[in-house]
Amino acid sequence: MTLDHFPQGPQDASYAPLVKGDRVATPMYEDPAIFDVEMEKIFGKTWVWVGHESEVPDKGNFKLSVVGTQPVIISHDRKGALHVLVNRCRHRAATVCEIKKGKTSSFQCPYHGWGYALDGSLRGVPYTEGYNTDFDKKDYGLKKLKVETYQGMIFASFNMDVEPLEDFLGNAKPWIDLFMKQGGGFPVKTLGEHQFKVPMNWKIQLENTTDAYHFPVVHKSFMQSLDGEATQQFSFLEDDDGWVEDLGNGHSVMVMMPELNDLDDNLDAPIPERFQALAETLRADYDEDQVRRIVRAVGGCGFNLNLFPNAACSLSFFRILRPVSVNETEIRHIALGMDGGPEAANQMRMRLHEHFQGPMGFGSPDDAEVWERVQRGSAGGGDLDVMVNRGKGLEETSENGLPKGDISAETGMRAAYAKWQEMMA
Amino acid sequence: MKDMTPETEITLDDAIKFLWSEADILDRNDFDAWLPLWHGGHYIIPIGDEVTDFANNLNIVYDDAQMRKARAARLSGGFSISAAPPARTVRTLSRFVFTEEAPGAVTIRSALHVIEDKFGRQRMFAANVEHKLIATENGIRITQKVVRLLNSDGMLTSISYLF
Repeated sequence: MTLDHFPQGPQDASYAPLVKGDRVATPMYEDPAIFDVEMEKIFGKTWVWVGHESEVPDKGNFKLSVVGTQPVIISHDRKGALHVLVNRCRHRAATVCEIKKGKTSSFQCPYHGWGYALDGSLRGVPYTEGYNTDFDKKDYGLKKLKVETYQGMIFASFNMDVEPLEDFLGNAKPWIDLFMKQGGGFPVKTLGEHQFKVPMNWKIQLENTTDAYHFPVVHKSFMQSLDGEATQQFSFLEDDDGWVEDLGNGHSVMVMMPELNDLDDNLDAPIPERFQALAETLRADYDEDQVRRIVRAVGGCGFNLNLFPNAACSLSFFRILRPVSVNETEIRHIALGMDGGPEAANQMRMRLHEHFQGPMGFGSPDDAEVWERVQRGSAGGGDLDVMVNRGKGLEETSENGLPKGDISAETGMRAAYAKWQEMMA
Repeated sequence: MKDMTPETEITLDDAIKFLWSEADILDRNDFDAWLPLWHGGHYIIPIGDEVTDFANNLNIVYDDAQMRKARAARLSGGFSISAAPPARTVRTLSRFVFTEEAPGAVTIRSALHVIEDKFGRQRMFAANVEHKLIATENGIRITQKVVRLLNSDGMLTSISYLF
């Protein structure tokens, strides 16, 4: 036996060939060994969305989050800096925080009492005389991730050599800028979230954010619950003005209602019927220009922006995925509103969010059902590929020099899988 | 049901029989029978145990009469893949306590356990439920129902039936 034929462990395997351009191999949904490598090579290497600044607005605020499968704490320290820390005591590994969100001056391990500052540095060790003189607290701070923010969104990476966040976001940045206009002149803040887990591989969710093709099929019962004008708005598959665009680095955007891309435009357009009562309420406190701006922002943007590997700015909310295992994924639908904005407007945003999103929305349960069906179906025919070829060969080239397909094209999925392939090589 | 007026006292026995009847209706997904049990008000599944200002917080469900009707239509219309068919459910409601009593109006808290079955897997939910009930000439009616799921601010699953 020569070294050339030495058996390779799973960590040495390259899974890159499982992506075949316009199709992907079934084991990508099914093989636990691939999942483990994804956690290392993707979630362990790139920028991962962990939270929004409005979730930790003040000094001393913290919030629990995850990067891949690893528990982390987002912490806002006394000097105003944000930290993302692995939620694991450096002594014997117990979590140092199990409160989902709050305010504190330090984190203390419940097991032996090691205490950490908000920046993760180790401050207190009970009975230090039991350690040798070479023990230095400086060596035992909570493990820190690299942290950068863009437009209030907090990203973290285990990779200290990762490219600057703004380079990674690249062509997605102008779309994020547009998305944040739904503050209607106020800062965007989170208004709570819906959370549900689905027995599926995380990439089934990743694919879905730029999948317009499923909308009229899966969301028929949601459409039936809308008034005429809103039905018209969500009939984007019938229109011919939408598109899906590869933005590079695995990111993509699906434009469903181009007239709502820039919420500062078309402020003279008639106020839709379902927003007229809100507009009337707002007129008591705001001038007509502000009323129109706020009302237009309440309805959200006209596009879904997919940020590889775990986040989306979707119409009016953040959609965050968390891979748990090869066939289990947790989804968070974070509602957004106007910080300091009118109560009536934020109430309407929450009611619109409740209507479609979350465990008992009129949309999400039907998404969850078909995603679970994909996972159940992919247990069969492991030799067959999953097709993401819709629109292939019909695409144009965007201003960014990247593929741009029609609204129902699977261009966004191909963009994500190309990045997956690059990172898994 | 005995003859009622808006002043008729609702006994614990009356309230329990009403809630068990509602539970049976919901396990049978008989929304045509469920909607008339209401007299205005909201059907609410809040997030977190402490929330009382439901309108100014994000809820899992915050349905007025119109949204309840739309929800019933969605769940029974045959066009929702998650509800055609829905998971089958068996629920028990127990540990009944009156928390408020007035002539013709009570608030009753109870414990709810629901087990659902679909795709050969079973899921379990537990909740504290609070009904506000009133006496009307047509019998007892619901004016508010708040279902506080034990894990409402944690990871749930998608749900295509009613609690």
